[in-house]
Amino acid sequence: MPLASYQTSVPVVVDDAKCIADKGCTVCVDVCPLDVLRISDMTNKAYMAYDECWYCMPCEADCPTGAVTVNIPYLLR
Amino acid sequence: MALDQIVDGLSEVSCDVLVIGGGTAGPMAALKAKLKNPKANVVLLEKANVKRSGAISMGMDGLNNAVIPGYATPEQYTKEITIANDGIVDQKAVYKYAQNCYKIVEELDSFGIRFLKNENGDYAVKKVHHIGSYVLPMPNGETVKKALYRQLRRARILISNRYMATRLLKSSDGRIAGAIGVNTRTAEMLVIKAKAVILCMGAAGRLGLPTSGYMFGTYENAANSGDGYSMAYHAGAALANLECYQINPLIKDYNGPACAYVAGPFGAFTANNEGSRFIECDYWSGQMMLEFYNELLSGKGPVFLQLKHLHPDTISEIESTLHKVERPTRGLFQQGRGVDYRNDSIEMHISEIGFCSGHSASGVFVDDNARTTVPGLYAAGDMASVPHNYMLGAFTNGAVAGIDAMEFADSHDFAEFDAADVARERDRVLAPTKREDGIPPNQVEYKTRRLVNDYLQPPKVTRKYELGMRRLAETRQDMQEHMIARNAHELLRALEVQSIMDCADMAVHASLYREESRWGLYHWRTDFPEKDNENWFCHTLLSKQNGRMTSEKRAVEPYVVPIADDEKDLYDKQRIRATA
Repeated sequence: MPLASYQTSVPVVVDDAKCIADKGCTVCVDVCPLDVLRISDMTNKAYMAYDECWYCMPCEADCPTGAVTVNIPYLLR
Repeated sequence: MALDQIVDGLSEVSCDVLVIGGGTAGPMAALKAKLKNPKANVVLLEKANVKRSGAISMGMDGLNNAVIPGYATPEQYTKEITIANDGIVDQKAVYKYAQNCYKIVEELDSFGIRFLKNENGDYAVKKVHHIGSYVLPMPNGETVKKALYRQLRRARILISNRYMATRLLKSSDGRIAGAIGVNTRTAEMLVIKAKAVILCMGAAGRLGLPTSGYMFGTYENAANSGDGYSMAYHAGAALANLECYQINPLIKDYNGPACAYVAGPFGAFTANNEGSRFIECDYWSGQMMLEFYNELLSGKGPVFLQLKHLHPDTISEIESTLHKVERPTRGLFQQGRGVDYRNDSIEMHISEIGFCSGHSASGVFVDDNARTTVPGLYAAGDMASVPHNYMLGAFTNGAVAGIDAMEFADSHDFAEFDAADVARERDRVLAPTKREDGIPPNQVEYKTRRLVNDYLQPPKVTRKYELGMRRLAETRQDMQEHMIARNAHELLRALEVQSIMDCADMAVHASLYREESRWGLYHWRTDFPEKDNENWFCHTLLSKQNGRMTSEKRAVEPYVVPIADDEKDLYDKQRIRATA
């Protein structure tokens, strides 16, 4: 069966200007209980790679530069 | 190499005690095991990261079941939980918890986790339950995980993050021999030989589908996909009273606690659309949930948590707790909805179903030493059968498990397992990665959980359950033959779906076996609407026997704390009666 990609607006937003993943920081990726954050190969910044969020907030709370914002997923907003 | 790329690999390590799950019970079990024998190796395996994993990822707003001298006695607590759980309780484990939990509170206090105290320096215990007072607020509850993690580092516990355990290993004589796991970012396999294993893998919280349709918008931490229930089942351990589902009254759509345990002691209450109280007590029991369900359907719904009548300072105090600890995005959610607790009530709804002894009584069967029915295998926390045990129960019973497991490890050598079991498990785990074409895990999961909602959500109708069983079997076949995982992260989800499917099957089997109604909404069978103490005043134990799912009755152990006849139905009288 062929697969199609599915559009979804993700709840976790990273401010690239504040994110220091390009300096080696991986805190948000490390702490996420659902393991949905990754560092982009293109920008070297953190981003939400999988829309599987529990909107729990460790990524935002533990980010050393305040670059991460957790929003409520649209479906339950 | 990029994360999530599949790597072929299999390594083997060994330890004395293996703890699986680093949320609440797990860290305490690992710590107590290590303190019991500092020379022994204790490994703590965690699917996420111990720093932020489990139900208390962002902390906890209070202890819901603290037996504090001067406020409550172990006897009183044991009695209350027995009545709240409709009498189906082996009291020995509950009583032991009630006796031990104060020591654990003091220990947590020494870790730097503070509890609310009054002006005299005494713990400020609040009343939420029907009979006694056991709720102790935690004003700096957001520090729990950090404090625990510090203790683990200090004790030199070996922590392995991002490994998902998939199956337990046993010897030919039935003793525990270790576990098999898979790295969630590389798909490399790991065999961990252990003399004793403690399962602390949380609730089966991703069983029903939230009505929002967002699969991860669950009440429980969505990482809690019931892996522990599934692993215990496949290892031949017995699981108790799985038909006693967890169903909770939650903030509608947000699916987190509203939370009456925090706000209730200040004067907040659950109200219907007329602003009237309809339940006597906000403590979560099946009987209370049935009244909640009835109210929603009566035309007097929606149901709200009402606190706008309180003093603004009180509301601010409640608000700061609710929006800081446990589920801090509650504040963001309410803001988005334009809900201000000063003017608006909080709309509530009924959660989807799950298994969780932390709030109800569905768990892997354990005795008062946290031992399962498999020698050398222990369980604690939300997934173990000690009823209504909440966070403090996870800590306290985790401690019991850690100490007993280390004693077991000290007196046993490694058990031998069959290498063929590892090879078989490796093939099973990696099968979705070997297919070129098929169905992705998220679709198999959505379908499974949608079937759970359509057919398994109480009231339980036999005909619906039979249909559900058939549809689940079809979906299982799709899962086993056609599910694909294109990277290690998808493989993690594919393995979780298999746990969810096992839990759905167990929910059907256990529910059909108990031919009566009990625990209010949790096990309301329309074909057997009455409580039948003559035939069903017993536990039900589900286990895998000769490869088949089997259920049997098990007598309730004689009570340690007697319950008078006129006390037995106190929790059945939840509805506020109209007075002239």
